[in-house]
Amino acid sequence: MTDVRLSQLLSARRTQPLSLAKWRLQLPVRLLPRPPRRRVRRRLPPPRRGALPPRPLRPRRPRRPRRRPRHCQPRSRAPSPEAAWCGCTQSCSPPSWTASSGATRARRGSSGRCWVRAAALPCPARRSLGGSAPLSRCPFLPLPPAGTVDKHSVEVTNCFSVPHNESEDEVAVDMEFAKNMYELHKKVSPSEIILGWYATGHDITEHSVLIHEYYSREAHNPIHLTVDTSLQNSRMSIKAYVSAPMGVPGKTMGVMFTPLTVKYVYYDTERIGVDLIMKTCFSPNRVIGLSSDLQQVGSASARIQDTLTMVLQYAEDVLSGKVAADNTVGRFLMDLINQVPKISPEDFETMLNSNINDLLMVTYLANLTQSQIALNEKLLSL
Amino acid sequence: MASRKEGSGAAGGGFGSAKGKGKAAAAGDSAVKQVQIDGLVVLKIIKHYQEEGQGNEVVQGVLLGLVVDDRLEITNCFPFPQHTEDDADFDEVQYQMEMMRSLRHVNIDHLHVGWYQSTYYGSFVTRALLDSQFSYQHAIEESVVLIYDPIKTAQGSLSLKAYRLTPKLMEVCKEKDFSPEALKKANIAYENMFEEVPIVIKNSYLINVMLWELEKKSAVADRHELLSLASSNHLGKSLQLLMDRVDEMSQDIVKYNTYLRNVSKQQQQKHQQRRQQENIQRQSRGEPPLPEEDINKLFKPPQPPPRMESLLIAGQINTYCQNIKEFNAQNLGKLFMAQALQDYNN
Repeated sequence: MTDVRLSQLLSARRTQPLSLAKWRLQLPVRLLPRPPRRRVRRRLPPPRRGALPPRPLRPRRPRRPRRRPRHCQPRSRAPSPEAAWCGCTQSCSPPSWTASSGATRARRGSSGRCWVRAAALPCPARRSLGGSAPLSRCPFLPLPPAGTVDKHSVEVTNCFSVPHNESEDEVAVDMEFAKNMYELHKKVSPSEIILGWYATGHDITEHSVLIHEYYSREAHNPIHLTVDTSLQNSRMSIKAYVSAPMGVPGKTMGVMFTPLTVKYVYYDTERIGVDLIMKTCFSPNRVIGLSSDLQQVGSASARIQDTLTMVLQYAEDVLSGKVAADNTVGRFLMDLINQVPKISPEDFETMLNSNINDLLMVTYLANLTQSQIALNEKLLSL
Repeated sequence: MASRKEGSGAAGGGFGSAKGKGKAAAAGDSAVKQVQIDGLVVLKIIKHYQEEGQGNEVVQGVLLGLVVDDRLEITNCFPFPQHTEDDADFDEVQYQMEMMRSLRHVNIDHLHVGWYQSTYYGSFVTRALLDSQFSYQHAIEESVVLIYDPIKTAQGSLSLKAYRLTPKLMEVCKEKDFSPEALKKANIAYENMFEEVPIVIKNSYLINVMLWELEKKSAVADRHELLSLASSNHLGKSLQLLMDRVDEMSQDIVKYNTYLRNVSKQQQQKHQQRRQQENIQRQSRGEPPLPEEDINKLFKPPQPPPRMESLLIAGQINTYCQNIKEFNAQNLGKLFMAQALQDYNN
């Protein structure tokens, strides 16, 4: 076939002097033999030394829909800009000052409510780098409700710290670093955006205004959180602000930081984690171990027992007239009593026995399996 | 599967003794006697799973911290993004390096000490985990893998365990020789594969202050999932997984038996005897005897199946059984309490 085409071509170009190079150039690409199609097999990259071993690929999972935030109350503007609201942000370790910032999901209501979610993940206190900068600024990443923009509340779910320098008249924040960290974080949770920034310290200064201005370029209406690690008034107050312009238009303009309510919101598992971690508050060297199965049941029932004692005490007080009766509490108590199901003793016996039998059988089978594999090991090593 | 150190049970006494600031571990002993975790790490792991790991997937991440005497202190962690097919050009190493560099920049502990993984109903004894942990432990002597069980945690109590490979298993993995003879020589049973390291949680003072604050401010009601009597769902799933593994185990055993049978058949002296008889005949005829060749040169002996798989399966079955028994113990206790209450009512 190639010959036929060549001859045609040659005949077509008879008028011109044919040189090999020339008509080779003029050959339509199709005439050149087609390179054989090689199946290119992708070779896995060789394992890199000293790195994390390659993980097995996992099938892609469907994204679950994000939770919508709960609605919060209507706007209430508190007038004092000094009132600081703090929200705990997660996993922040500010570089300079000793800051322990909680990692919580702060769902901040720009109106009034702020729902702080997740357990406070306090960062370990860090030594101050230079001692001069009393505050550390960090942007934090919240989890925005995907799809819906709730005007009244915002959820803060994560944070990271950014190094900065502060002197009398100027403040320098390492923005490159911030961008870098944000990119890295986005790889893990792509739906988080920067919502604002936090600082340790109990007050708002002029520097805050500058930084806040910067962050208003990054995020729409940024939030400013302050975490008071200097423990003024013996409290670690966590407050949140949003900025609003004030002043006379055209003349002196200023920025006012209006406070917001901060609420703490948890996932269920986080709640359990926080409960466990809180026990370190009661231990002398702030150390707790993880307890075994029956111990946990025991402690849970002890907790319920305590609460029941409290309720009983209250009832007795009301009956003896020491405390005035409260209808709402009374109604709650009624609900409580009615929740205990009334089962006839025989039914209960059967239910109990069947459950116990199931559990015993499963325990027996588990023990049997274990002895079986132990036997297998012994036989193999003969 | 794990030679369980009693630390997880004895909250007070166990780690009091284990915490002794001893010298470096003796040869053959593990380098890490206790793992001390910050509250921050625990909550970060929980959050990571909650946000990114619904369903059957595992979430993984890196642990950062320091080693102090024989204690491994974990002070921070960061999550690892999930693997997806369209992320073929994602460079894990670069991500890790970047993260660690940035953390170092802000004066956070950035030294790599281990990794964590979530698990589904306790099924984490896999080849992948073994390989990963081996390379970690090879590079960093004291590294651990933290296994977080979210389903068990959702039932009321935090389930976080730290595992390391035993020195024996490290030796075997180094040789990469998983034949039955090598394992027999090393005397490894499924109980000696992993060792569990007791965990304690420690917080700094500032964090304690923050926790007090939270306790005051948080309006979340106390949940009593731990005392719930509904157990059949969880039991059903665990048993299903156990049955799957047992099936795999039986298949593995069948394979091993066939191998043994083949070997014994081959080693039967039939060929040898024929050779000898022929030699006798030849001698009687006065011809030089044929050489009695080694049987193995004529027929290739069957390959012994690698034993690592069955070790892993056995280990996994053991974990399942332990978990089920623990769960059952709890539930029995709860049922008896319910019975006592009901009797009191009547």
